[in-house]
Amino acid sequence: MAKQPQQHQDPDTTGHKWDGDLEEFNNPLPKWWVWIFYLTIIWGIWYTIAYPAWPGIKSATAGYLGFSTRAQVAEEIAEVETANAAITEKLASVELASISGDAELNSFALNAGEAVFNTWCVQCHGREGRGFVGYPTLSDDDWLWGGTMEDIHFTVTHGIRNEDDPEGEARYSEMPAFGVDELLEEEQVDQVVNFVMSLSGDAQDPAKVAAGAVVYEENCAACHMEDGSGDRAQGAPNLKDAIWLYGGDFASIKETVWNSRYGAMPNWNTRLSEAEIRAVATYVHQLGGGE
Amino acid sequence: MGNYIKLIVFGVIVLLALIAASYARDVAYMVNALEVALVAAVAFIWILRRTDEPVKKVDLSGEYMDGPIRIGVALTAFWGVVGFLVGVIIAFQLAFPQLNFEWAQGYLNFGRLRPLHTSAVIFAFGGTALITTSFYIVQRTSAARLWGGNLAWFVFWGYQLVILLAATGYLLGATHGKEYAEPEWYVDWWLTIVWVAYLLVFVGTIMKRKEPHIYVANWFLLSFIITVAMLHVVNNLAIPVSFFGSKSVQVFSGVQDAMTQWWYGHNAVGFFLTAGFLGMMYYFVPKQAERPVFSYKLSIIHFWALIFIYIWAGPHHLHYTALPDWASTLGMVFSVVLWMPSWGGMINGLMTLSGAWDKLRTDPVIRMMVISIGFYGMSTFEGPMMSIRAVNSLSHYTDWTIGHVHSGALGWNGMITFGALYFLVPKLWNRERLYSLSLVSWHFWLATIGIILYAAAMWVTGIMEGLMWREVDANGFLVNSFADTVAAKFPMYVVRGTGGLLFLTGAIIMCYNLWMTVKRSPAVEATNHMVPAE
Repeated sequence: MAKQPQQHQDPDTTGHKWDGDLEEFNNPLPKWWVWIFYLTIIWGIWYTIAYPAWPGIKSATAGYLGFSTRAQVAEEIAEVETANAAITEKLASVELASISGDAELNSFALNAGEAVFNTWCVQCHGREGRGFVGYPTLSDDDWLWGGTMEDIHFTVTHGIRNEDDPEGEARYSEMPAFGVDELLEEEQVDQVVNFVMSLSGDAQDPAKVAAGAVVYEENCAACHMEDGSGDRAQGAPNLKDAIWLYGGDFASIKETVWNSRYGAMPNWNTRLSEAEIRAVATYVHQLGGGE
Repeated sequence: MGNYIKLIVFGVIVLLALIAASYARDVAYMVNALEVALVAAVAFIWILRRTDEPVKKVDLSGEYMDGPIRIGVALTAFWGVVGFLVGVIIAFQLAFPQLNFEWAQGYLNFGRLRPLHTSAVIFAFGGTALITTSFYIVQRTSAARLWGGNLAWFVFWGYQLVILLAATGYLLGATHGKEYAEPEWYVDWWLTIVWVAYLLVFVGTIMKRKEPHIYVANWFLLSFIITVAMLHVVNNLAIPVSFFGSKSVQVFSGVQDAMTQWWYGHNAVGFFLTAGFLGMMYYFVPKQAERPVFSYKLSIIHFWALIFIYIWAGPHHLHYTALPDWASTLGMVFSVVLWMPSWGGMINGLMTLSGAWDKLRTDPVIRMMVISIGFYGMSTFEGPMMSIRAVNSLSHYTDWTIGHVHSGALGWNGMITFGALYFLVPKLWNRERLYSLSLVSWHFWLATIGIILYAAAMWVTGIMEGLMWREVDANGFLVNSFADTVAAKFPMYVVRGTGGLLFLTGAIIMCYNLWMTVKRSPAVEATNHMVPAE
């Protein structure tokens, strides 16, 4: 076959010619092309009868299959919600402390909580609650406002330092801005920062620690406690544990003392159901540091 | 006398632009106004230097007007490299976010560079290629010089000004926020003027043609010019906040705005990137293959079917949104019916080579054109498939869409344009042949492998993230967070960037090859005088 010269019979052209040598053959339409084209048109006509398609003045044809994308989504959601209705109801109503003791409920809450966490919380608190600068790590046992189920549930429900909580129960406290509000001289700030550093490690300038202790005693101990162990009732961090929300180097701590910080968290009671809040509290509680 | 009027006009423009710059309410507007002043000043000086000089009267009416086309070929290659380069940069920015440098925030971060990339490749590279080749094709197939004298130069440089204003505007933050229609109101107004002039030149040339019939390429090009004018005007209806500021407010809002935007967006693909480039294909493929077009009947039927059906397909970009279901259904149905009309162009292009398949072995330019038609066929099958609601519910918002767009843009639009440039340069500079066919082969393979890496990487990440987004556990809870999908895509993002780098390298090799063709290839006699057919 291959050795035979190609017997190629050119069809007629249309007789038009452009730019010297541009011509067109008079070939017919390829049959398969025409048939597939017809089939797609026939399919298209059927589809527009079966599904919502043709618009009128005020509404459109609904299609004999009664399909709608919104109904489809609602149906899928309803299916899951019906299947989970009993256990969701249980989760929303039992004693918080008893969730972890009920294996089935606990497993459900953990899965649901992880989904809620990955949708709403992960942006700030990171995957598996590993945290970022300014956003607390949730997988350790260091808690600003408390790490029991009750505490976590309350924090998630009302949030921190927001004015959106309809019940006005957002956790609230505010550290003074010792520098910008001129409560302390810069030298005093440097001293107290050195003292704070010495609580969990080495001060940048050990010579200032002693003076810093005095400044601390007068200005900080009321909230952070004399020994620096903090006070969860007012969200005052423990300064002894070498865990830092905004960084533990001299510059970061100085910035905290100078300007203060005002980390906020939204209240979730207007966005999540009680069951979802309990689920995510259970998940966070069991990330590693729940009390 | 004419020169004096021009001098006055350009002088006034410089003055007005400087006044506008001094009243500017934002940086983007000020820089754009200064650019206009600068361009008008250059034109002013250029004309001034020619005023009252003796003019040699030469009768050019028997010659084709190739000046804008020559510059257009060079600028097409230039914008191609710029657009591909920005594409490679943003591809790596997605893989390595550190490349959104802190010091360049607000100028060179992904959000600013992304519209720069899309506009550079579609409108700067693709648009310049379309204007350039359409000027070439319409003259040759009408056996007539471009209508309107220097109007063609106005169209050409006016369009380049649009590109300049749009690109600097994006970097400085002037944007409509509408995908592929980002330029602000004054750029839109200017483009409208340029586009109407383009239509006049094109139609004027066809009107004075010396051939009895209008060649098929011109049908496609004319439909592209007319439809883009309509799309551009309607989608960009907006009211400026101030005459001295870049911001404007859209006339449509909500779902009407979204629908208008994707009616525009989809038909920018349909008429700019499909109909316009089919016009190129219908001229350059038969020319390079030296074979007649496969079927005149097919070209008529698929032309009218394509034009009629494409315009309704836009709603498939808005499945499962606030758009009413009926519109979404119609968009999907028209998209699926569009499959065969699109493939008509592929059949006509590929079958034109029947009887000349051996050229694939010997002519890398033909190879480039053939693979471009192949990618065209693949994308125009993939598109209708992705418009089906069930498929779209998986593919929408994923990288699959990006892969689809790039197999069309790099494969079809890029490769057919490269083929056209390889065809045009020896013709326009009167060279016997290209400088090096083996460099064309290098370009071909680098680009092809680049596209395959790109498209394959995006199929993998697209389908993967689509599946990850909808993955639920036994209780119906979502398993993955969005960040999980981002992390999972990393390796494929590196592959995608690498593919883009290969494609860019190929384009740079092409630029070198074209440059050397002009510099080194043996010269032949000029062929730009008209040859009406018998």
